[in-house]
Amino acid sequence: MAYSDKVIDHYNNPRNVGSFGKADADVGTGIVGAPECGDVMKLQLRINPESRVIEDARFKTFGCGSAIASSSYVTELVKGKHIDEAMAIKNTAIVAELNLPPVKIHCSVLAEDAIKAAIGDWKKHHGDAEPAAEPRRAREG
Amino acid sequence: MPKLPIYMDNHATTPVDPRVLETMLPYFSEKFGNAASRNHSFGWEAEEAVDRARGQIAQLINAKPKEIIFTSGATESDNLAIKGVVEFYKEKGDHIVTCVTEHKAVLDSCRALERAGKAMVTYLPVDKYGMVDPDDVRKALTDRTVLISIMYANNEVGTIHPIAEIGRIAHERGVVFHCDAVQAAGKIPVDVDRDHIDLLALSAHKIYGPKGVGALYVRAKGPRVRISPQMDGGGHERGMRSGTLNVTGIVGLGKACEVAGAVMAEENRRLLDLRDKLQAGIFERLDEVYLNGHPTERLPGNLNVSFAYVEGESLLMGLNDVAVSSGSACTSATLEPSYVIRALGVGDELAHSSIRFGLGRFNTEAEVDFVTDRVTREVRRLREMSPLYEMAREGIDLKSVQWKAE
Repeated sequence: MAYSDKVIDHYNNPRNVGSFGKADADVGTGIVGAPECGDVMKLQLRINPESRVIEDARFKTFGCGSAIASSSYVTELVKGKHIDEAMAIKNTAIVAELNLPPVKIHCSVLAEDAIKAAIGDWKKHHGDAEPAAEPRRAREG
Repeated sequence: MPKLPIYMDNHATTPVDPRVLETMLPYFSEKFGNAASRNHSFGWEAEEAVDRARGQIAQLINAKPKEIIFTSGATESDNLAIKGVVEFYKEKGDHIVTCVTEHKAVLDSCRALERAGKAMVTYLPVDKYGMVDPDDVRKALTDRTVLISIMYANNEVGTIHPIAEIGRIAHERGVVFHCDAVQAAGKIPVDVDRDHIDLLALSAHKIYGPKGVGALYVRAKGPRVRISPQMDGGGHERGMRSGTLNVTGIVGLGKACEVAGAVMAEENRRLLDLRDKLQAGIFERLDEVYLNGHPTERLPGNLNVSFAYVEGESLLMGLNDVAVSSGSACTSATLEPSYVIRALGVGDELAHSSIRFGLGRFNTEAEVDFVTDRVTREVRRLREMSPLYEMAREGIDLKSVQWKAE
């Protein structure tokens, strides 16, 4: 399979790889996917409780190059965004940026789900009444 | 530093050996005759070349020259053998015994016969090393069984099946035994008499010959085996496979078999050393790596390994100057993990993490060292990026986690 230059760049130089401390109250963690499906993404967002702006992001991903690139790109994309804005990010934005082929659309879906799961987790810890978004099926599309 | 990129995918295909190429070249131009032209020297010259090749192939597998039928490759040979036997022996029965880790050329031929209502098929399981139990073969046979089709050695994990034992069972019960020997013929000693094989498929491009040519061995005696042709035409190859012979390719296949037979013992010693060095290098430097396939009953050039917590396709992407494969070349366009690795019962997670290294005639020790280093570095880098590796190191049992994907 031929990868786009942007996927290769994110794969070779992934942005914001790593983890935040679990005890950090300002961090929301989203883990989506499953090992038997060949993709697991962990996305962590540090969210300012006052402004509700995403100040920093980290990821770790088990998956193909496109899954790694999708999560790497998402960490860049969400930084500086209000959580409402981040919740509105669609997988199609990731597909467009990384030129993902049809067989790799599910990677972008998973990355979108990771954002929603991480913000949902943060909201849970901050007494937010809104329920966490239900993650979509990881392998659809 | 070896020349890059490095080719280490010799189960998928091999480069043409210079000795083979040299033998083929005259048959493209000055010796271009049709082997079926009986009335002039051009035809005789071509026929002579084809007969020489028949002899070279027969010698490699201890057959008679007239038992060799030329085809376009092993996929055609498998199709011709399986469909040809079922059609010819339809009065006798309609049951096939094969196994789940066969090549698609065998599995899909069987499925096509099932779909057409022409055969019932038993797909035998394999053990954790990818090996068929001959007892399972024996138990699967019925009065209706006309064909057993088991490969000599598996193309992904390299496991060598107990072929002679399976062949003996087939002959005891009067069932035709077809063996897809694409990965074995020319690599390890294959003997159709010792192994009781009735039909055997082989391919030139897996043994340093050209692509697009293969052969089917059809036993002529003890017992004589019959197949119905699957293509209509001029009745070439004693009526079993019509079509003008690919003389140049056949010359190449013959020479490739001759060379393979001559160098086999020495080449296998060398390949075993290289393979064992690659395996030891990887296993010494990395934790949580698992061998797929049989530890000893395995093709000398094969190494199939699962690197836990690392997805295979991403590892291939990291090894961009090394040609290896994840799953098999025929399925690398899909997202599903290899059906062969799955059949070993290793679990989907490790199936997604498997890489096949295929060492061949032209690989060097320097290349093995380079690949060991690149694999080690890339696996470490990807594990640092892997949430599963992090969780495992924290002592979390990954099987106990409720994953948010169905």
